[in-house]
This record gives sequence, structure tokens and C-alpha cells, in this order.
Amino acid sequence: MNELNGLTIAAMRDGLRARTFSAVELAEVHIAAVEAARVLNAFIVETPDHARAAAVAADAALADGSARPLAGIPLGIKDLFATAGVQTTAGSKILEGFVPPYESTVTAKLFGDGAGMLGKLNMDQFAMGSSNETSAFGGVISPWRAQGSNRPLVPGGSSGGSAAAVAAGLCAGATGTDTGGSIRQPAAFTGISGIKPTYGRCSRWGVVAFASSLDQAGPMARDVRDCAILLRSMAGFDAKDATSLDVAVPDFEAALTGDLRGVRVGVPREYRLDGMDARVAAVWDEGLRWLRDAGAETVEVSLPHTKYALPAYYIIAPAEASSNLARYDGVRYGLRVAPDGGSLDAMYEATRAAGFGPEVKRRIMIGTYVLSAGYYDAYYLQAQKVRALIAQDFAAAWEHCDVLLTPTAPSAAFSPGDKADPLEMYLNDVFTVPSSLAGLPAMSVPAGLSAGGLPLGLQVIGRPLDEAGVLNAGYALERAAGSTARPDRWW
Amino acid sequence: MLPALAQPEGSQARLMSVDAATVIRIAKLARIKLAPGEAEPLVGELNGILGWIEQLAEVDTSGVAPMTAVIPNTLRWRADEVTDGGVRDKVLANAPASEIGFFAVPKVIE
Repeated sequence: MNELNGLTIAAMRDGLRARTFSAVELAEVHIAAVEAARVLNAFIVETPDHARAAAVAADAALADGSARPLAGIPLGIKDLFATAGVQTTAGSKILEGFVPPYESTVTAKLFGDGAGMLGKLNMDQFAMGSSNETSAFGGVISPWRAQGSNRPLVPGGSSGGSAAAVAAGLCAGATGTDTGGSIRQPAAFTGISGIKPTYGRCSRWGVVAFASSLDQAGPMARDVRDCAILLRSMAGFDAKDATSLDVAVPDFEAALTGDLRGVRVGVPREYRLDGMDARVAAVWDEGLRWLRDAGAETVEVSLPHTKYALPAYYIIAPAEASSNLARYDGVRYGLRVAPDGGSLDAMYEATRAAGFGPEVKRRIMIGTYVLSAGYYDAYYLQAQKVRALIAQDFAAAWEHCDVLLTPTAPSAAFSPGDKADPLEMYLNDVFTVPSSLAGLPAMSVPAGLSAGGLPLGLQVIGRPLDEAGVLNAGYALERAAGSTARPDRWW
Repeated sequence: MLPALAQPEGSQARLMSVDAATVIRIAKLARIKLAPGEAEPLVGELNGILGWIEQLAEVDTSGVAPMTAVIPNTLRWRADEVTDGGVRDKVLANAPASEIGFFAVPKVIE
């Protein structure tokens, strides 16, 4: 990593304002880094011209004093966000060649604040996956390797391109989206920070829909402060999203004191799984000690319905997906496969058979099944009731604590092909799914290394709309953990 | 239509597992064409997942209202005004086939 693309966003902001370097220089360093790292397959489309244009505008704004908060900061954008004039595929062949004529609210806000776009980041197809292996454009390879090994590792998913690009210094920060852990788990796997804000904090308008009651956008960056900076630009009420929350966006960065005196940190006993990885458990204990050192009090709490969160999620998310993905019909956009002389139905069936990958088909079919006549009450309605119980568990926990600390994922990154069974892959989200079902803000912060020298993350979960509290606890962890390890460059 | 199903009674009831014919029907409902031989492997995969999510039947949810919104929110009123439109060419720009200002699809009327 060259010194400019190794800086945090906060340091880039300071350097740009002090004119230590120009926005154009910063953009060129990143554009070159993106080109040199194509082996990671982190980008589906590179957009150097977008980054350059934003940099030229930023340099002018910096010179005349009108610079916005993210002036000249080069970002990567997950390919789930519609970007005007730039192909947006959600990692699927069914949207290959789709060029949105409009900009998503979140990207419009980032660009409006002066950021530039280096390209569209690879991801699990329709955000369905925890390893990036379901992308129709090939999986992303993590910049990390285990000590003494050349074996490729997954960056996690679904925001794996975002995670790999941030960890490798290809972009200053990135957008991610999180439905059941898609920001937090890849952040943990690649040693970076990422926050899924409260459901409704960031507009979903222009974000390709997976499971609408769970999908949330959020930032991924090299440290907690950068997440706070990006989140402030991304968040905010949007009349175009019916579930957008009409609440003020605080200055998240100003809340970063690292002082946790008076803060009660809950430790959910159900998260201490039988046969838990010893290093993961040790890092968790160490994290609790760090939070106590920062002034917090730790308290054991119970979230009794935790074990039902994953099965509930794997009813609710596929059910919503089967409905949302009905729009890919070969008529209005994307792929069309029309058999000669075939009917309209034959065109739908052939288009969807050719356009969706195996995991997407599997989830659409599960969703179709659980919503079908005779099964709706037993599966979907029961899952929504269990979801209510899970949310009640968290509400009860907030009587005793202000934030929760848990591991982000049950293990460090694995290799492509290691988890061939879909169920085994789903279990990767065991710690992230419950807070998604409850719509709570949650972030992952790098907190240590596995026995093989790979990053492990800790998750901080907070009350609805308390991103500031989550970020501040994350900040205390980050300060105690000391300098964050970065992957050695091999690409 | 899917096969009739005995509704679960109490917490011990098991939901039915799917067979190849059911997989083919689900695929038809989802408008996903299955190639010959594609249904059989899906039977095992879907049953593995469905068998696992069946544990939800253990949870006593009597008297629990199903969740409808994770964060309490009320739908907003807005004026009943036309605020968008007049962008036909943009709407059609990504269509795989369009003619004279319309989406074009295979013939649907004999």
C-alpha cells in the first residue's frame, strides 16, 4: 500500500484541506491501485472517469472554500446501488448490461458531499451469500492469506468486494448493504470496520431489493471514525422510501470519545455456543476487558430465542426475495431468453432459468414454497411471530444494558469451496442475523487475529437509532486493540 | 395447486417434506424452468433447509402478534399529485425489446 491509499478518510480529509496532496493525486493513486489488484476481482466495473471528475471538482472546491465533507474521497460502490449511467448488476447475469437512468439516494448523497466513485464492487448474487462465491462474475479473493499459506480465502459476503477493496487499499471506503450480516461478516473477515445502521436510517431507494424488511445500507471503512464520517453522509430521511425514518442525523464523529464510563455492556449468554472456536471466545473475553478498561460495566444478559433467529431468517428473507425478484421477467430490463415460437410464460421461465444462479433459485423456491397456499401460516406467519419474540428479547435486554458485545462470525475467513453445503454456509450468520431481524444498529470492529493470523471481528449491537453509542463502543475497542493489522501485499 | 397438507397441530407437528413433483410445481409457480434432471438434486437441498427451519414449530407463539415493522413508523400522508413521469424513453432504455414506445413481448393472444 502506497502511503496515500493507506490513509484513513479522516487523514485524507486533513491532507486535502492542508493541500499536502491534491484530490486528483489521491484519485490517481487509487485508480492505479484498483488496476493493479484486478486479480482480487473486487470490481465488476471500474469507473476511473467518475473518480477523476469528482477529484477535479473537489480540488476546485477546496481552493475556493466550498468543499463538502467528502470532497475528493474516492469510494467503491457495492453493485447493489443503482448508479446513473453505470452498469448495475447485483452480481447477477440477469441484470448484466442494465444501466440505471437514475442514482440511488445513498450514492447521490455521497456524491453530493463530494465523494468520487472508483467502480462498482463485486458481491454475492442479489446479496445472497456469505462468501462471494455466488457472484455471476466470479468470486472476490480476499487480500488476506493465512500465515505460511498461499491458499485463496473468501472475503466474506455479501459485501465481499467492498471488504476486499477497503482492506487492500483500493478505495478509501465503500458502501455495503446488510440483510443478515452482509456488512459485518465481510468486515470481520478482512480486518476492517463496518456498520449496519438502524433499519430505516439509510434510504433503500435505488438499492436492488433482496429482503425489504431487512435490507439496510451502511459504510465499510478502515476504521471506526471513517465509518462515522461516511454514515453521516449516507443517512437521512428520504420521502422516496416508505420505511425511511424521519429523524435527525447526529454528528456521529463528534460522539467518538472512547469514554465508556456509565455504559453497561451486555453479554448474551446464548451466543456462547457449544464448541465455539477458542480464539473467537478469547478475543470476545479480551474485548469485554477492553470495554471495562474504558469505563464500562459488563453484565450477562439472556436473549432466549437466539437459536430460532437463523431458521426464522431463512423463511422471511427468501419469502421477501421470491416476491421482490418476481420483477426479473425479461420484459423491462436485463436478460431475455425467448424460445422460438414460445409463449410469454416460456420466456419468463427460460429467462429466469438462465439469469439466476443456483443459490438465488434455491432461495426463490424456498420463498415461493413457504408463501404458497396451505403453508403460509405454518412457515411465514410463525417466522414473523418468532421474529417478534426475538425483538422482545432485545427490548428486555435494554433494561439491563446499553450495548451488547458478541463475536461477529463463528470463525475467521475460509477458502472458496470449503462450505459446499448451503446450510453450513447459512450458519456463518448466526451472530449477525438476530440484530438484523430486530432492525438494530450493529457494527463489526477488528479485534484480534486467529491462530492462522487472520482477522477476527467483534460485534457491537445497540438500541434503535443509537448508532452513536455503537460507534463509540467500537471506537473504544479499536483504541484498545491498537494498530490494526493489514494484509501483506501479494497481488 | 400444491398438495393438500395436514396443518400442524401443536408444537410437535412436522411439516411435509417436498418430493420431485412438488419441486417441479414450486419451480412452475416461481417461473423458473428446470432442465431435465435438475429437480432431483433440489429435492435433497430443499428438504435439508426445510427440515432445519421446521424447528420453529417448537416455539410457543400463542398470543404473539406477527411482526409487521421492526422500527415503529407510521405511513406518511402526501398530496395526491403527479410528481413524476414523462420519461418514456428512460423507462424503455433498458428493455430487451421495445417498439413504437412500448415494451415488446411474445404474442399472448391467439
